[in-house]
Amino acid sequence: MRIARLALLLLLLLCGATGAQAHPHVWITSVSELLYAPDGTLTGVRHAWTFDDMFSTYALQGIATQQKGVYTREELAPLAQTNAESLKEFSYFTFAKADGKKEKFEDPIDYFLDYSNGQLTLHFTLPAKTPFRAKQLVLDVFDRSFFIDFKMADKDPVKLVGAPEGCKMQLQRPNDGSVNAQAMGEQTFAEGGANANFGMMFANKITVDCP
Amino acid sequence: MRRVLPIVRMLTACAAFISLVIAIDSAAHIAMAQTPFGGPRPAPEPQVGGVVGWLLARQSEFYREISATIRAAKSDGSAVWTLLVISFAYGIFHAAGPGHGKAVISSYLVANQETAWRGIVLSFASALMQALVAVAIVAIGAWLLNVTAKTMCGAEKAIEIASYALIAIFGARLVWTKGGAFISTLQAGRPQPAFASAHHHHHHQVHDHHHHDHVHDEHCGHSHGPVPDELAGPGGWRRGLAAILTVGIRPCSGAILVLVFALAQGIFWAGIAATFVMGLGTAITVATIAVVAVFAKDVARRLSEGRNGSGALIMRGIEFGAAGLVLLFGAGLLFGYIAAERTTCL
Repeated sequence: MRIARLALLLLLLLCGATGAQAHPHVWITSVSELLYAPDGTLTGVRHAWTFDDMFSTYALQGIATQQKGVYTREELAPLAQTNAESLKEFSYFTFAKADGKKEKFEDPIDYFLDYSNGQLTLHFTLPAKTPFRAKQLVLDVFDRSFFIDFKMADKDPVKLVGAPEGCKMQLQRPNDGSVNAQAMGEQTFAEGGANANFGMMFANKITVDCP
Repeated sequence: MRRVLPIVRMLTACAAFISLVIAIDSAAHIAMAQTPFGGPRPAPEPQVGGVVGWLLARQSEFYREISATIRAAKSDGSAVWTLLVISFAYGIFHAAGPGHGKAVISSYLVANQETAWRGIVLSFASALMQALVAVAIVAIGAWLLNVTAKTMCGAEKAIEIASYALIAIFGARLVWTKGGAFISTLQAGRPQPAFASAHHHHHHQVHDHHHHDHVHDEHCGHSHGPVPDELAGPGGWRRGLAAILTVGIRPCSGAILVLVFALAQGIFWAGIAATFVMGLGTAITVATIAVVAVFAKDVARRLSEGRNGSGALIMRGIEFGAAGLVLLFGAGLLFGYIAAERTTCL
């Protein structure tokens, strides 16, 4: 009895106290290119991330411009650099696996921001640490903590640039009701919040199968 | 009867709150469906099961509506009302999702013999504090000094770390006090079994009311346990103030984004109003959870009252455990174990 009561109380406490699952504060629409070398190895990933208007406005706070409301690439250069630097902490929200083995990326190159219709778009290229070949490449784009909600663009979300003949790309969006994601969601909740991987449920999974 | 009434009142309050939430939710939906500035319906949310998924979906919806509504409010004054309704709903749902605020406040209330009323006041005060800090950061940073987002986010992060450190310190102090009480109860209880119950009250300063049912002495009066008020004692408000500070100085990143956005649209005041209404919504949810926590402890206390000695031990144990939770939260947040509550600066 005593144990039952204590357990009940503990449960009540835990209800109020289960860890933190954030909700997104930033929305990113991504267009991504997978870059291949002529020898068929993957050399890098090029992203174009468009931020939602509220975050774009926030990011532009305090940026001086010549003409009000018009931001040139040069004026945005310091901000682009800040973005590129801060993204490092989050591994650029880009996670690659070649035939099950994790692959790493170098710091981004060729990064810049452009601004149109009240939205900022960050362009950058992530070079693969060592270019690699894979029968199956899996690329996840997501934020573990779900502070950022990533969505692959509706139109042409993923392009294979220079991929070997016969490679097939498949995109699995987080909200196409995949059974896997849902099962994981229930499980994560039941376990009282394995928060670290919470965002996993919202991953955009790009799979490229090559012969 | 005396005891039953407050419970009934609390349950009624909880029920009223739940129906209020549902009413507001549907009202907001109707409002959005009718307003032309509601923007396109958000894409179907990720299929996360259960309550958390539902809460996340609501939060995201409301949050995304906020920016569209602020934009609309620039030209259409009536959109401000929609903004306030959405912000209020967002606040309620935001706090209902997991977060450290209510966890710390609830644990604090359980660790210290606090009343439900005090829990409500603390919840509202910390939410108000949170809103004030968010407004202050944006008013000083963006409006007065026109610093960049990077600087502002850095300030936000520094405040966040300070807040988490304060929670940890606050928790450590609670653990120290409550651990002491727990250990002394433990020691007082150990040599007892041979004496059985008749002499219990002579040896215990703790509140064991076995066989006291008909003894209306000056300590117990006619109640079966110490009234929370008495235990909270003087200085209780000062302790409560510490709880407000630890939780309240960390602003909500969402509020800061909303404020900067409103400022850029030239209607800073609407952003400020939205922030305070958001805080009101948050406070209602946190207060409800705080009241439930106090209520749960009350139930536990009454259940454990009938047993010799062990009842007091259970209660001190629970308080010690709750104090430990506050410390764990502080440390966990500070050292990044609860990673989702970190401000992300891009």
